Formats: sequence, C-alpha cells, structure tokens
Amino acid sequence: MSTQALSLPNPTSPSRSLGIFLTEVRYEFVRAMRTKAYSLSVIGFPVIFYLFFGLLMNRGTHTGDLTTATNMLAGYAVFATIGSSLFGIGVGLSGDLSAGWLELKRASPMPPLAYLFAKCVTAMAFAVIIANLLCIMGIAFGGVHMALLPYLKMLALVVVGSIPFACMGLLLALVAPFNAAPGFANMLYLPMSFLGGLWIPIEYMPKFLADIAFLWPTYHLKQLVLRAFGSQSAGSISSHWLGLAIFTAIMILCAGYFFNRREQNS
Amino acid sequence: MMEVMEVSATHPAAPKGPATAAPVASLTNVTKRYSNGVVALDNLSLQLQPGQIVALLGPNGAGKSTAVKLMMGLSSATSGSVAIFGADPRHPAARLRTGVMLQVGRAPEMLKVREHITIFRGYYPNPTPYADLIKSAGLEGLEERMFGQLSGGQKQRVLFALALAGDPDLIFLDEPTVGLDIEARRGMWATIRSLAARGKTVLLTTHYLEEADALAHRIIVINQGKVVCEGTPAEVKSMGAAATGGSTNSALKIIRCVTTLTSEHLLAMPGVSSVETEASLTIITSTQPEATLREMLALDQNLSALEVASPALEDAFLALTANRS
Repeated sequence: MSTQALSLPNPTSPSRSLGIFLTEVRYEFVRAMRTKAYSLSVIGFPVIFYLFFGLLMNRGTHTGDLTTATNMLAGYAVFATIGSSLFGIGVGLSGDLSAGWLELKRASPMPPLAYLFAKCVTAMAFAVIIANLLCIMGIAFGGVHMALLPYLKMLALVVVGSIPFACMGLLLALVAPFNAAPGFANMLYLPMSFLGGLWIPIEYMPKFLADIAFLWPTYHLKQLVLRAFGSQSAGSISSHWLGLAIFTAIMILCAGYFFNRREQNS
Repeated sequence: MMEVMEVSATHPAAPKGPATAAPVASLTNVTKRYSNGVVALDNLSLQLQPGQIVALLGPNGAGKSTAVKLMMGLSSATSGSVAIFGADPRHPAARLRTGVMLQVGRAPEMLKVREHITIFRGYYPNPTPYADLIKSAGLEGLEERMFGQLSGGQKQRVLFALALAGDPDLIFLDEPTVGLDIEARRGMWATIRSLAARGKTVLLTTHYLEEADALAHRIIVINQGKVVCEGTPAEVKSMGAAATGGSTNSALKIIRCVTTLTSEHLLAMPGVSSVETEASLTIITSTQPEATLREMLALDQNLSALEVASPALEDAFLALTANRS
C-alpha cells in the first residue's frame, strides 16, 4: 500500500507529551473535586472518624509506645489513602468504561498512560490533602506532636501507599460492572480497613484477627506509618514493604489477566 | 419516519480523483468474529477516498459500529487488513489525523464544555481554533456549562466538537445526529459538508436515511457483516426500486392518503403493487400513479390528506436489506 498519504506529523515530542499528562492531571483533579459523591465521602469519613474515635473517645490514652491520637492518625491517614484510590480509580474507571468514554480517549492521540497517571495522581493528591487535615486536627485537638521528618515520611508513605490500592481499583474496574462497582469497593474498603487495624488499633482486636492481620495491605501500610512516627513496636520495616509488594504484584497480575481477556473480547 | 423525504438538494459533485489515488482508509477482506462466536463482519472490503462523504447504512447489528471500531484501532480484525493513511490505525501518527464520534461516548459530567474541548485540542499539534470549533458545533453560550447539565442533543454536539478538535483529515461519525432537533441536525450537516469541501474524508453511519441521502457522495449498504450494495444515493435508490418490485420503472411512486377504499379494491387497480395501512393512513405503491390516482379519486369522493412521493432511500434500503435476511 502506498504511503504517500502518510505525511504524518511527529506524534510525540516530549514537551507536548508532558503537557498532555499535566492537563489530564489538572482536569482529573477538578473533576474529582466537583464530584461530590467522591470528594465529600472520601474526605469526610476519615475526618469524622478520626474526630470521634481518635480525638474524642481516647483522650490521653496510649496504644503501644505512641499516644492513641497518634496511632489513630496513622490509621486514618491509611484509611484515607485506600478510600481515595479505590473509589477514584476503581469506581471512576469503571464509570468511564461503561460510558464508552475510555474508548473515545483511546481512539484519540492521548498517550494511554496519561489517563491512568492522572487518576493515580489525583488519588494521591486527595490522600495527601486528607492526611494534612488529620495532622492539623491531631495537633490542634489531640496533643499530637509531629516533627518535620516524620510528617514528610508520612506524606511519602501515603503517596507510595496509594499504588497498591490503585492497582486494586484497576482490578475492580475491570471485573465489576459499573452499577456494582461502588458496592464492591465498599465491600473491600470497609472490611480491609477494620481488619488492618485502621479503625481500632490492632492491639485492641481479638487475637485471631490480630494473627491474620499480616494478610491485609492496610495493616502493612499502617505499620510503616507508625514506624515513621517513631514506634518501635510496629514490626520490621522490610517485612511490611514485602507485604505491600506481594499484594501489589497479585493485583497487577490479576488486572493484566482481565485486561487481556477484555481486549480479546473487543 | 413517515414524513415524505423528497430531498431535492443537489449533491455536491463527488470528487472524482484519479482512480489511482491512495485510499485514506481501507478494510480489505476483513472478518471480525467475537469470542462469543458472533460474526460481525464477514469478508468485508471497503475504501474511503479523500474528500468523500461515505455513509455506512444498515439495520441494527449489521456491523457498522464494528467497522468503525476496526478503523479506529479499538478492535482488531480476526482476519484481513485495516489501513488508515497506509498505516496501522493504532499508529499514534494515524490517530493525530483522525477524529471520531462514537455511538455510546458519554463524557465526564463534571467538566465544563470549554474544559473538554481544551483537553482534546491539547492532544494535537495543530488543533482547530477554539472559536471555530464552538461555532461549527453550535456550542455558543454553552461553554461554561457542565457536560452533565446538557440536553442529549447538546451532548452530541460536544462530542462532535471533540471529533473535530484536532482538525483531522479523516473523521468517523457513528450515528452523529441521534437526539438532535432538526435545526441542529441541519447545522451539523452543513459542517460535515464544509469538511468535505476542504478535502476531509468523512465516514458516517446513520439510521436517518434522509441523512445519508442528503450528505453522502457514496452509500455503502451493509447487512449481516457484508456489503449489500454501494453507489451514489441515486444508484442505491434505483437498486432498491429494482429490489422492491423487480421493476426499474422510474414512474414508481408512493401514494399516501386517507381513503375508505379497501386494500383488495386498491390492489385490483392498475399499477398498484402493494397496499399497507398505518393508523388511518393508506400507503399505496404504484407503477402507474396517474392511472391509480384517477381511479381512486373517482371512487372515493372523501379521499383526503393526499401525498405522492418518489420512493425514498428508506424504501430502497428496506428492500435491499430485507432481501438478504
């Protein structure tokens, strides 16, 4: 076939690609903020739960070698991370899939990664915003002391810790039909938060639940944040990273399987 | 669709490029079988020549949307080859020259019209100027509205604007005017015609046969994944007329009226080949319309709401696709 008609422009100059990535992120964030069903619940639940369970009910008590307010700050920061990722990517992507919007995006010259990148960065931004709100509350009303380095470590953990749950959201979007996606997301979000010790510290849970806590990525991420806050009793750092890595790998493999299956059916 | 669609608008002369011109897009012996065993396209071949508006017509499930998806690189053929500008449709450079409006595309509701257009214009190195897009898609005054607040027709127009955002050379429009009122539809037609006048190639699938008739240089009728026939709207109409009564008689007319005469009575009249009733309206196909009418008017003094029309593309289309099933 003749290629004379193929006077095609250079498709991807790096600066234009960067521009597209940034534009996608910007508008994905704007869209998420305006979608009240997402922004209000994802921000509201951790803030209200922390207020009740972390600040009002456990004044002056200790959990392990930290104050309960500090321990719970770690728990609800992780709770915010899983919520913003699972709902942002899982429910958001499944909506775009069912609307045919993703198909239109794929037919456009947008680099496919820009779409996922924008969703992930938006979820991370939400997690960071909520973690900051929790810190302000903890410092103002819970007597939490937060030095700069632990604070920065916590933000870094919240950002990196979004990745396993983003992968879980991706899998959810590929498996669950859109009208069931929020239900599925809640079925993962709430039990995993409870079992990982995000609502009630693991120390106060029945022994058999504490014994299987290592199964949940929420547990590992919370322990890492506790270590960043200076707790010595939170287990070895490398074992928690390993736990998160294994969980992420499983999610990626499953998502890859379902993605290929979907592609073959298209 | 019972109104009389006598579209007398003259068709813009189809660009008759040299026969050797490379097609802008082509499907060659393409078969598409889905994993559930459904064969959507069955050894189908078609070519789009530069500057042409081609309408792909067919009943639901004929394979129109599958053909569009293959040409957009959203789906891959089971066998056969697909080329856009001589390249794989998935080639990023091919995508830069292509715009598409898909049938089920719903844009995110919580972004404004202006924002959607800004995002899509950003994908292309030489996008259509913003003001031109707003004007040609008829979106003046809607730019600050959220997509979710728009009516169905307004949403269609936004998706149309997104398809044109990159000033593409090849545009796929899958049922573009669904949900548009007449004025908006005419506006979109005018834009589509002006695109072709600027040398752009347009492939449009539609259920509005009137639309294919009014817009297309060439119509490709497909059914059950195969090309049934193709040609200019006039050619397709005459092929359809041949399919209806085995007659290519150009005198064939459709007579619609309210009459008390019975079907049996009407069928016995000269030239009448079929009689149908729809609510109170009687629809008669006749090869000798003058003789038929003379007799009808003589016999039924109260005959009213009389209309006489040439067989529309719709009738040709129905005849052509019905023959195959």
